[in-house]
Amino acid sequence: MATHEAQGMAQAAAPEFVLDRREAVPALIGRHEDFLIIAGLAGTARDIAFLTREGAHAFTMAGAMGGAAPMGLGLALARPDRRVLVITGDGELLMNVGALATIAVLDPPNLSLVCVDNGHYGETGYQKSHTSLGVDLAAMAQGAGIKRTRTIAQEAEIAAGARLIREGNGTAFVLLRVKPTEPPSYKRGLDPALERLRFRQALLGKA
Amino acid sequence: MEQTSPGWQDELYDLLRRRGVTQFAYVPDAGHRVLIDRALADPAAQAVALTTEEEGVALLAGADLGGARGVLLMQSSGVGNCINMLSLVKGGRFPFLTLVSMRGDFGEGNPWQYPMGQAVEPVLAAMGVICLRVERPEEATPTVGAALTMAFQAGSAIAVLLSQKLIGAKPF
Repeated sequence: MATHEAQGMAQAAAPEFVLDRREAVPALIGRHEDFLIIAGLAGTARDIAFLTREGAHAFTMAGAMGGAAPMGLGLALARPDRRVLVITGDGELLMNVGALATIAVLDPPNLSLVCVDNGHYGETGYQKSHTSLGVDLAAMAQGAGIKRTRTIAQEAEIAAGARLIREGNGTAFVLLRVKPTEPPSYKRGLDPALERLRFRQALLGKA
Repeated sequence: MEQTSPGWQDELYDLLRRRGVTQFAYVPDAGHRVLIDRALADPAAQAVALTTEEEGVALLAGADLGGARGVLLMQSSGVGNCINMLSLVKGGRFPFLTLVSMRGDFGEGNPWQYPMGQAVEPVLAAMGVICLRVERPEEATPTVGAALTMAFQAGSAIAVLLSQKLIGAKPF
């Protein structure tokens, strides 16, 4: 994989952070209506709120940092008939990286995780995260035991990532490395109780 | 001290399953051994081993989005690991049920267990979780039955605290 080949190069140059999330995230996900989506706080919540226009099949967080991956696991276990996508940032995933181990041992086939890794805490002023300083979340996912793991850092690799998150042979993890640039500008609702009711109404026909 | 008979724990498992609970999230704990073992052996249930208790809080919220019911089995020390994640439960008005096996409580011999054990009720109350305490085996099933109604019918956040009077203190 390109990222692993690039790892010998100077981290400061960060040659793998070239994709723009505003293009790469929609290209990787494709038809978003095919998934039930949990989006972690900050950048990825905005990516998804904009992409789905706050669709009822997406629950976007604005707090509870570290919760997106285990929330997606609970949803995937509850709904084996549906494909569940967790999309979250490097900062959010690092806060509760043990969730990768919890997910890996169960390996639900209908769960895919995408970590949009810009190497920074964008929401708080673009301070560098650990992934700018040598930490490889794809290697951590693989080490946790998630077998279908891939790093996507170039446009030409996105199609392979898009296939992986839809395959369904086991939990998939895609590390999508992007430039530290802004997610789409979109003003979304921030009431989680309303989001819960909307999501359940659409999926279950009841609040 | 003697461990009390675990008969009530089998009753609790049957009650939880009868009332539609399918996801059993846990960090391994002696006080919940029967429930954990029953969940692991039950093909119709999902036993989810966590690395930290806060994962269980988010997991159960995800289960609720999908129309499933779950319970978080943890020790009192784990309550401290859940605090910020309970923002999801309180802000989202998710139903939430946890059974907490208490340490730092009645007859505790390990001083490390007291700070969090004694903080369980004020910390949970501060995050909007209602605590119900069980001290005698005959109270266990009716209390958890009430907690199930409060959580999944009324949509509340409920913690059932299983005291060391009930489960026995570890004599360190």
